[in-house]
Amino acid sequence: MSKRKGYYASKIKRATHMLFYRRHKKPGVKGWELRKALGSDYPKVLNILDDYLKALDLQVKTVFEEEKPIEKPTSEQLDKARFYITLRGELTPKETKMIGWRIDDLAGLAIAISYIISKKGKALRKEVEEILRDKLPGWKVGLNIDRYIRYGYLTQDENEQLYLDWRTRAEVDQKALIDLLLQAET
Amino acid sequence: MQSKRERIRIGKEKLQRIIETCRPVEDRSLDPFLIDVDEIISVLKEYFPEWKNPEDLTLDAETIHHLASVIKLQSEWVKHRSTSLYADPFLLEEKLKRVEKEDIVQTFFSVWQPIVELEQISLHSLAEAIRYWESLLPLKERWKEFPLAEIKANPATREELIRQRVLRDKAFSDELEKFWQELKGWVEEKGDNGKVQYWDFVGAETYEETVQRAFMMSFLVTYGYATLEIHPLEEEIFVKPYEKPLTKTGKNQLVSIPIAVTAEDWMKWRKAS
Repeated sequence: MSKRKGYYASKIKRATHMLFYRRHKKPGVKGWELRKALGSDYPKVLNILDDYLKALDLQVKTVFEEEKPIEKPTSEQLDKARFYITLRGELTPKETKMIGWRIDDLAGLAIAISYIISKKGKALRKEVEEILRDKLPGWKVGLNIDRYIRYGYLTQDENEQLYLDWRTRAEVDQKALIDLLLQAET
Repeated sequence: MQSKRERIRIGKEKLQRIIETCRPVEDRSLDPFLIDVDEIISVLKEYFPEWKNPEDLTLDAETIHHLASVIKLQSEWVKHRSTSLYADPFLLEEKLKRVEKEDIVQTFFSVWQPIVELEQISLHSLAEAIRYWESLLPLKERWKEFPLAEIKANPATREELIRQRVLRDKAFSDELEKFWQELKGWVEEKGDNGKVQYWDFVGAETYEETVQRAFMMSFLVTYGYATLEIHPLEEEIFVKPYEKPLTKTGKNQLVSIPIAVTAEDWMKWRKAS
């Protein structure tokens, strides 16, 4: 192995450990933490790792502070961004059971997220509950919303307004979800 | 032709109506574009020269403030519509109501990439933990580093306690009784409706004496010799002595009311009285 290859191999190992194992309350690693551990060329290390992960159907996902994807981020924007390892492709309905989701709960999550997006990013909890109650048993609706909040998909303020939280920003392609929903034949 | 007074009255009515129209928009129950901003501005311009007194000018400013909120909502609406995330909420809500559970899950799968995490203890971290455990001193040895100072306990005499100001010369109950009688006398003489302002009774020539009187008053209230009447909006506290001390607490929940008696408060009271 050449010296250069060896240099990156050890950095990729270190990046894998940092990204796969949770270091804080929330998963993911901030850019500045990666720079501190891997050096200023950490974006390159992450690109190589991302290539490796392709074969495993995984990817390195960057979530910028500005919430919108940035085509050519500056080093400052990268430092403030959070990096995660996420699935690259799609899950099948059978697989969701393995990760602890029932189809009802997942459908409720999708509806809640879509509804909040359509209401410019915030909606009253009782409105979301009402729309979920149409297809989920009443006793389950409140529990489900609490679960979405606990997992970090949604957040709620003191006026019982629901917003999208960090996990939705990291895991869900919001634009694609709305486009697909509007295209869906009902 | 309208008299000046009549014109002012009509102008004020118009401004009130504008404010009433803007309110439901601000509460998000009306579409912000239902408000004709140009027309409102022309009304404001038309009547502005009439406003002379501060109330009318305040009404004018309030109208502008409400109008500005409506314009802000209009701008937010335009901004949101121009983003790629915009979807007609009614259309989307209808879709969400009609879509089948399986279909929405299928759609969600294609846009959902859950975070991958691992939880695992490694042999290395186990070995580290054992090394730490071995080097860790037992609790009884670690706590030895902070030995408690040995204090010889002797019974204190009454004179010593008085000298340290823990006890006073007179029995406390006698002193409390005397203070209660003083309060009753004060209320009879200067009170209104059987009560007196807290600060008027507690306040004294010196700050030290004031603190002492506030301390005594807290016991009068706690032991049921008197009660407090608090008017939060006026920021007034009244003291009301009972004819006989209350022995039962009754059904009402007892509450603690902290009253700050700071040197600044005392100075303020002294200047005012």
